[in-house]
Amino acid sequence: MSEPRLETQALSRNFGALKAVQNIDFKLEAGARHALIGPNGAGKTTFVNLLTGVLPPSQGRVLLAGRDITGKGQAERVKLGVARTFQINRLFRGLSVLENISIAVAERKGTAWSMLYPVGRRADVIAESIGLLETLKLADIAGHRVSELPYGRQRLVELAITLALKPEVLLLDEPAAGVPSAESHIILDAIEALPKDIAVLIIEHDMDVVFRFAKHVTVMVSGAVFASGTPRDIEANPQVRAVYLGQAGKGSGRG
Amino acid sequence: MSAAAPTATEHPGARSLITRHRLRWWETLPWIIALGFYVAFPNYLGFGAELLAMILFALSLDLALGYAGIITLGHAAFFGAGAYTVGMLAFYEIWTEPIISLLLAALVAAIIGFLSGLVLLRTRGLTLLMLTLCTMALLQEAANMARAYTGGFDGLPDLAIAPVFGVFEFNPLYANTQYLYSLGVLLVCFIFVRTLIYSPFGQSLTGIRENLLRMHAIGSPVRLRLVICYTISAALAGIAGGLWAQTNAYVNLSALDLDRAATVFIVLILGGYGRLYGAFVGAVAYMALEHFLAKIYPTAWQLGLGLLLVMIALFARNGILGIGEALWERYGARRKAT
Repeated sequence: MSEPRLETQALSRNFGALKAVQNIDFKLEAGARHALIGPNGAGKTTFVNLLTGVLPPSQGRVLLAGRDITGKGQAERVKLGVARTFQINRLFRGLSVLENISIAVAERKGTAWSMLYPVGRRADVIAESIGLLETLKLADIAGHRVSELPYGRQRLVELAITLALKPEVLLLDEPAAGVPSAESHIILDAIEALPKDIAVLIIEHDMDVVFRFAKHVTVMVSGAVFASGTPRDIEANPQVRAVYLGQAGKGSGRG
Repeated sequence: MSAAAPTATEHPGARSLITRHRLRWWETLPWIIALGFYVAFPNYLGFGAELLAMILFALSLDLALGYAGIITLGHAAFFGAGAYTVGMLAFYEIWTEPIISLLLAALVAAIIGFLSGLVLLRTRGLTLLMLTLCTMALLQEAANMARAYTGGFDGLPDLAIAPVFGVFEFNPLYANTQYLYSLGVLLVCFIFVRTLIYSPFGQSLTGIRENLLRMHAIGSPVRLRLVICYTISAALAGIAGGLWAQTNAYVNLSALDLDRAATVFIVLILGGYGRLYGAFVGAVAYMALEHFLAKIYPTAWQLGLGLLLVMIALFARNGILGIGEALWERYGARRKAT
């Protein structure tokens, strides 16, 4: 067995007296399709923030391919291959779709420090950006301003900008949140078409999405792992049903 | 750069990104107008040189405020640093050659920009605004107290500036040399800024302005990049200040004034920030307004300026250039439709 791509050991984070994340041991294998579910306030987003280095943990370690990255900041982890999308879009709304992607590509390639030649001269950056947009079927709107796009397309740009970083570990925070159901299939199709070797962790409320996509499901309640297993196991688990599945989509406010 | 598929870069969506740095015909207009001014108004060249220094100062602010979104009300700190560098070098006859003096002014301003930026740019918004203001106030008070070197409140008069290239002398009565020299310096600085903002570095500054958290999430060293931008902006402001000191042949505490920092801010808002030419349009508009309003209503001309600013803040956030762009788009759309 090789090392898991991403691993946490006894990871905890407190906000004052609130134990937002408690003692989580978690493994994400290469090529994994893993879902993280739980009621609102269960600590899912805090957990992702600990994985990406936005927050330092109170205790525990984060390992990337066996290497301790607990002390590394967000930017360093991105360079090492950990990328994420946000629950609420974080895009360069005033810029074109292509420019959104090319900023990320330039950052990954390290050209973003160059001051003396124009952006348009880097044909490799632009070609790669266009290529990525083509695989996500966004190429026909490459020149459109992000703020003028329907929300579903904006969500797709959010995914594209993350893929431009060529991540090895991809964390998707409710990728279909807020997308009208008529448009949601474009997001789900894109997620299903993600490169096979990327390890993907998806936080999702929509159980249809989880069961369609995930090979493995972890349930978080009150900051701790409540259950873990295949989607079938989780669906059949009576305690999970009691805590969560019965009220999925409504948001219970517990935890 | 590398062997990229030609089809991708010929993609219609990529066209605007690939071609936007190309020079357009109207970009020569400011320089033609500036040369026209030289021929048409030989008696106003002193005023013209002042205007050119103001444009350069506003351009430096645009880089920090308009492109990187660094909210600062203390940019006169760097203008003053540049002005006093040139002033003290010339007054004590340490160095009077103008071009090297300007480079030294840029260096001093850049050092102050870098050091203060390292501390200040940890903050954002109102905190940053107040801290930039404080930095400027501290420098002004330092200049006031170091009377033995800076001349204190009276400043340093009668600066002896050596001829440009050893040939062209600064004549206080006929400002031909001052004007053309200022225009040359502005052109060089402008080409630099224009190159910078269309570069990948400039694009990343726009990214920081548009969405800071996203820049963090794509692994961008945001603070370092802001500090570098602030340093470059400070250097340019220092050149503007040095230019101002040279063309006026004096330097005093007004170079470090809140009044000066506020004026350049207003100039940029008036012209339109984040637009490269906002500095030009804003400076000309401000100077014209000052001139005409002061004629109509000498005692309270700033009232008219204030009202105009309120109107701009309410209805035309992108300044005069923004109004122009909106009209152009509407006109262009109608033309396409018919």
